[in-house]
Amino acid sequence: MAYLELNNIYKTYGQADGETEVLSNINLKIEEGEFVAIVGFTGSGKTTLVNLINGLIQPTSGEVLFKGEPVTDTSHERGVIFQNYSLLPWLTVGQNVFMAVKEAFPNKSKAELNEIVANYVEMVSLTPAINKRPKELSGGMRQRVAVARALAMKPEMIIMDEPLGALDALTRGNLQDEILNIWGKDKRTALLITNDVDEGIYMADRIIPLRPGPNATLGPEFKIDLERPRDKTEMNDNENFKKTRNAIIEYLMDIGNERKSEAKAEYVLPDLSPKDFVNQFK
Amino acid sequence: MKASITLGKVSKFMGLGIFETLKNLFTGKLEKDEMQSFLRKTVVPLASILLFLGLWHLGAKSLYNTEAEFKIEKALQDQGQAAADALKTCIASGDSSCQPNTLPSPSQVWESFQSLLRDHNIISADKLAFKEKTAALNEKRIAAGKDPIVYTGRPSFVDQIYRSLQTVFAGFFLALVIAVPLGIFIGLSPTLKSSFNWFIQIFKPVSPVVWYLLVFMIVKTVLIGSTDDSSFTISFISVGLCSMWATLVNTAMGVSSVDKDYINVAKVLKLGTFQKIFKVVLPSSLPLIFTGLKITLSVAWMVLIAIELLAQSPGLGLFVWEEFQNGANDSNAKIIVAMFIIGIIGFLLDRLMLTIQNWVSFDKQDAI
Repeated sequence: MAYLELNNIYKTYGQADGETEVLSNINLKIEEGEFVAIVGFTGSGKTTLVNLINGLIQPTSGEVLFKGEPVTDTSHERGVIFQNYSLLPWLTVGQNVFMAVKEAFPNKSKAELNEIVANYVEMVSLTPAINKRPKELSGGMRQRVAVARALAMKPEMIIMDEPLGALDALTRGNLQDEILNIWGKDKRTALLITNDVDEGIYMADRIIPLRPGPNATLGPEFKIDLERPRDKTEMNDNENFKKTRNAIIEYLMDIGNERKSEAKAEYVLPDLSPKDFVNQFK
Repeated sequence: MKASITLGKVSKFMGLGIFETLKNLFTGKLEKDEMQSFLRKTVVPLASILLFLGLWHLGAKSLYNTEAEFKIEKALQDQGQAAADALKTCIASGDSSCQPNTLPSPSQVWESFQSLLRDHNIISADKLAFKEKTAALNEKRIAAGKDPIVYTGRPSFVDQIYRSLQTVFAGFFLALVIAVPLGIFIGLSPTLKSSFNWFIQIFKPVSPVVWYLLVFMIVKTVLIGSTDDSSFTISFISVGLCSMWATLVNTAMGVSSVDKDYINVAKVLKLGTFQKIFKVVLPSSLPLIFTGLKITLSVAWMVLIAIELLAQSPGLGLFVWEEFQNGANDSNAKIIVAMFIIGIIGFLLDRLMLTIQNWVSFDKQDAI
C-alpha cells in the first residue's frame, strides 16, 4: 500500500450543460519519504489536484487515500504551502506561525510553542523580521514565512502548490535549496506542483507531467536518477540530466502542439440563410 | 523599537496634514518643492474661506437692503410719510426694535456666537451659586431620604451641545451593539442573510421622523407611569435605529466576502469556529466594518437634529427650533451659529472615526 494514493479521480465543476471536467482519470501513488514533482502548464488543473489531496475539496468520483484512509477533510498531517503565500496580513510573521503551531500542538504550553515558532523562523532566517507584518516583507521573505508556517506544524507530508512561482530566479534557487535541506533532514514525503521543469528535476525523485485540462490527466512518469545532494552548476553538464530534461520538454511540447492542432479543428456551420424579408411584406 | 509621536505624525495620522506644513513654515524647515504643496494645502483653502465670507457678507447686505426697503415702503403706504421717515431713521440707527429680519451677516453671526458664550458663562456661574446655596440643604435632604434639589434653569448653548453629543454617542453605541453582531451572523449564514434581506431592504430607507414616531409609540408605553423625562431615551434610540443600517450592511458584506485564500488557510490549519471568526473573518472585514461605522456616525449626527427637535430633547436640534420659533432679533444669527457648530462637530466626529480606523486597521489605508 502506498503512502498516498489517488485512484481514478474525476473532478467536474458546474452542473448539467455547463459542466466542465477539470481532472479526468487521475491515478497516482507516492511512497513514504519520496519527493514527487508534478509539472504542468498554467491552467491545467494543478491547484484543483492539490486541493483534492489536502482535503479542501472532494473528488466527483474516485478516492484519495492517505495512509490507507480516505481523505475527507484537511489534516495537520499534510502541510500545505500555497501558491500565493496566504499569510494573514493583520498578523506579524511570528503570529502567523504561532497560530498554526498552536492548532497543531494544542497541549503544549505557550513557552514551548514560542520556542517552536522561534526555531522555524530562525530556520528560514527571518528572525530579524519576526515582528514585521507580511506587507513589510519582500515576496521571497513572505514565501519563507509560508514555508516556516507549514513546516512548524511538523506535517508528515508537505504539499507545495507552485510555491516559488512568483519569485525571481535567484531567490528561487535559494529557497529550493532551503526546502530540500529541510526535506532531507527528516525525510518527509513531499509533493511539489510546478511549471518549471528544471525545478522539478533539481528537487524531485520522480516527475509526472499533468496533461493540460479540461480533462487533465497524468502523463507517464520520469525517474530522475541523480545523486543527492545535487549541484545546480554540475547538473547542467550531466548527460543524465540533459536526457531527462529533453525527454520531459519534448513530451510537454508534443502536448502543446496537440492542443494547437486541436484548436485548428474546422467548425462546420449549419446551412442557414437569412429570411427573405422583402417578399414577406409585399 | 518605539516610534516617537510628533505633531507631524499625529496630524498626518488624523488626516490633518496642514498643521505639519504650518509648523514647517514657522520653523523655517519648508523645502522649496514643499512651497507648492503649502500653497495648495494652506493658502488656497484660506483664500476660499475669505472668498466665502466675502460673498456671504455681500449677499446678506443685499438681502438686508431689500427687506429694509420693503418695510419702509409698507410703512409709507399703511401709516404715511411720518412713520416711514421714523422707521428709516430707526433702521439707520441700528436699533434692535426695527431691524429687518433676514440672512445675518458674518459679523452678526460672530457677535451672536460671543453672546452665546457670555450667556453660557452667566448660566454656569448661576449653576455654581445654586449648587453652593443648596449644598447644605441637599445633604440634609439626602440624610432624610428625600431627593436632592437640582438646578432646573435654562440650559446654556454649551450644555445643549454636550447633550447632543451624549445623544449621538448613545445612539451610535446602540447601533454598534445591534448592527455589528447581527451583521456578522448575517454575513456568516446565507440562510440568515435571505431571511433578513427583506427586513433590511424595507427598513433602511425609512425616514428619521418615522423612526422617531415608532420609537415614541413603544417607549411611551414601556415607560408608562414614569414621571422622568423620556426625551433622551427616545431620541437616542431613534438615532441608533436610523443610523445602524450602514454598519449592518457593511459588516455583513465584509464578513461574507473574506478572501478565499484566508478561508483556505483557516481550513488547512483546522481552526475552530471561534478562532476562525476572531482570528480570520473579523480582522479581514475590519476595514469594511469601520467604513460602515463611519457612515453610521455621520448619519447619526445628521438625523440627530431632526429627532431632537421632534422629541423636545434639549440639544442642538431643540436649540435651532426654539430660536426659529423665538423670532428675536438675533435668532437668525444664532441659527447660523448652530449650523456651523453642527458642521464642525460633524467634521471632527468623522476625523475621530478615521483615526480609530487607521489605528485598528492592518493595512493603514488612506482616508476614504
